[in-house]
Parts: sequence; C-alpha cells; structure tokens
Amino acid sequence: MSLASLPLTVAAPETHGFLSPTGVEIAFLLVGLVTFGAALITVTTRQLVHAALWLVVTLGGLAVEYLLLTAEFIAWVQVLIYVGSVVVLLLFGLMLTKAPIGRSPDADSGNRWAALTVAVASAAALVWVVVDAFRTTWIDLDGPAAGSTEATGASLFQNWVLPFEALSVLLLAALVGAIVLSRKAKAESASPPVNSRAVSGGSPSVPDSRNHPIRRKEPVTGTRATTGSGSTTGTGSTPGTASTPGTASTTSAGTAPGAGSATGAESAAGAKPATAAESAEQEGAR
Amino acid sequence: MHLAYPAVLSALLFCTGLYGVLARRNAILVLMSVELMLNAVNLNLVAFDVWLSRTAEETLHSGQALTLFTIAIAAAEIGIGLAIVLAVYRNRGTSDIDRLRDTAEGHEPDGPDSDGDATAAEKAEATA
Repeated sequence: MSLASLPLTVAAPETHGFLSPTGVEIAFLLVGLVTFGAALITVTTRQLVHAALWLVVTLGGLAVEYLLLTAEFIAWVQVLIYVGSVVVLLLFGLMLTKAPIGRSPDADSGNRWAALTVAVASAAALVWVVVDAFRTTWIDLDGPAAGSTEATGASLFQNWVLPFEALSVLLLAALVGAIVLSRKAKAESASPPVNSRAVSGGSPSVPDSRNHPIRRKEPVTGTRATTGSGSTTGTGSTPGTASTPGTASTTSAGTAPGAGSATGAESAAGAKPATAAESAEQEGAR
Repeated sequence: MHLAYPAVLSALLFCTGLYGVLARRNAILVLMSVELMLNAVNLNLVAFDVWLSRTAEETLHSGQALTLFTIAIAAAEIGIGLAIVLAVYRNRGTSDIDRLRDTAEGHEPDGPDSDGDATAAEKAEATA
C-alpha cells in the first residue's frame, strides 16, 4: 500500500475512496499544493528577490494550514513574525549584500545534482515512512479549537513558564550578539536600546513595530550630519582611511554597500545601513 | 482530517529546504531554506499537537508551545545569521559560500587570491 499510494495521497485523494476527503481536507490539500509549489520556486528561482517573495507565499500558505488545523494563535504569530519581519529582514539582507536584480546565473552552486539526489531520496524515505505509519490515524477537528488563544496562553503560562523565561534570556543574548556583530568599529555604546528591547522582547511583535519610528530618529540625525557636509565627507574621507589597514578598512567597507547601491540621494544611501542595523537589532529583540 | 496530509506536506517542505541548503550559493538564500525547514518542523508540531490534544487524556499543548519557541528561536537565528552574513560581506565583498574556503584543506589556493581581488574591488568602490 505504502509506495503505491504515495502519488494518490499527494496528488488526488478525492478520486481515491480510501481517504474519503472532507472539505477541510480538500482545502488543506489545495493550499498545501500552493505552499509546496511556492517552496519549490523559492529554492529554484534564479532571481534572488523573487525567492524572498515566493517565500512569503510559502509562509502565508503555512499560516492558512495552521488555521485549518484550528491553531489560530500559531497562525497569527506566523503571519506577524515570519511574513511581517523575517522576510523583510531577508530582503534587507539581499539588498545590503548587493544582490543582483534580475536573473543571476550563479544562484546555484556546482553540487546541485548531488543536492537534488539527497533531497529526493530523503523525501521518498520520509514520505514513505510517514504515510505507512499514520495511514489509519485521523485528526478530530470538531469541537472547540485545540489551538485557540485561550488554550495556548493557558498552557504556555501554566506549564511552560520556565522555558518561556529562558527564551527571553536567549532573545536578549541574540539581541546583544546582533548589535555586536553589526555595529561599526567606532560605534558608541548601545545600552539604552538594549534595555528597552529587553522589556519588549517577551511579547512577540506589537511593541517593536511601535518602537520603530521612534528609534528611527537617531539614524536620521546621524545621517543629517553626513548629508550636511555632503558627499565629500561620506566618500571623500574614505580613501584616506581605506589606505590604512586594520579597522579603517572595515569602516570604509561598511559605507561601501550604502554608497554603492545608491540610486538617488545621498541621504538614502546613508540611511540604508543604519536602518538595516536597526531592523537587525529589532529582529533580535523579537 | 487524515494525519498523513500535514505529515506528508511537512516532509516535502523539509526536503525542499534541504535541497535549498545544499544547492544554493548565496548565503541569504541558504538562510531562506533553513527557514523553510524550520517551518516544516513547525507544521509537524502543530499537527501532532492537535491530534494528541484530542486523543490524550491530558495535554500540555507541548506541540504548540514548542512551535512558539521555534518561531522565536528562528527569528533570533535569522537576526544573528544576517548580521554574520553582513559582516562577512563587509570584510570579503561577497556572500557566496562557495568562495569562503579559507579554512578548507587541500584545495587550490583560490581563497586568498579571490579574497585579494574582492578587497581590491571593494576598495575601488569605496574610493569611487
């Protein structure tokens, strides 16, 4: 049964009498096909920005699958964190590393066929084992929702309090690590943002989006200092520092992505790395 | 709902992410594939939690709690990972993981050579 029923299970169970699909199953199957197709395009497309946009479709499809599985809180957390911030952060990363717009011929490395072999073999093994193990198992979706916000919150704060607090400490560590990794060589201390982020780090994402325009004022003032002196300060001072080895080369490289990818004004070029560092530490807080 | 639907979808998504991790060259695309794999695991956790919350006598909703923890850890991971990728790009001028071969043994002396080219091009861009 196991190997023979695989394509039927994946592709068209409504013609297969064994599964006798309900409406929820058909919806799950259709959304699952869209999700899987978007995931395939995500890992195979040669346009890097399109990969991030297809990732949005994949993650949104997974949120719909969570809703179909009556896990509504997880679904909205998925929409908020993944679609709302992780993809935005990935797009920031793509633009800061000067990813080419349009088709890039070297998006895949040389070991593509080995990777395809490994992936197909593991997919066949996993699907075979999973279908064979759970072919007589059914999820009862009737009654009150198993993943409503009330049930999730009650279990989270009754039984999972200690891991929850440990997770907040981990988020704090990730926040500090992201700041340390992404700051420039002579950046001043960032301890006030650390404290404010640590307070809002426990709750998923609403306070961060509220903090964001307030905190954006700092790089704007910093940018205005560079734009006031014009491009002679921003790029004119870098040849002098770039010739000296050591930390000066890292600072000149830090200004390089923003200045290189500038299409218009100097202020946009200066503000781009600053806002990216902002979003990086915001993501760490989350 | 049959439990095989979310389980099969999760297995397929995981293997798609596995292919992406192995085959992609850009480090940010590798991070995207890692996100796909984490999401596949999340779908499995949610499906089995919904199944067990019906059949078990008493449940801790451990699947959903672990899903929330996984989402939070994935967000932290993507922040740290992007910070590392940006630092590498800042120092090397590239984010292709195929070209970061400084610690590889027994390869051609391609690493320092391309590294020198990258920093030279980067300094040229900085002075331009």
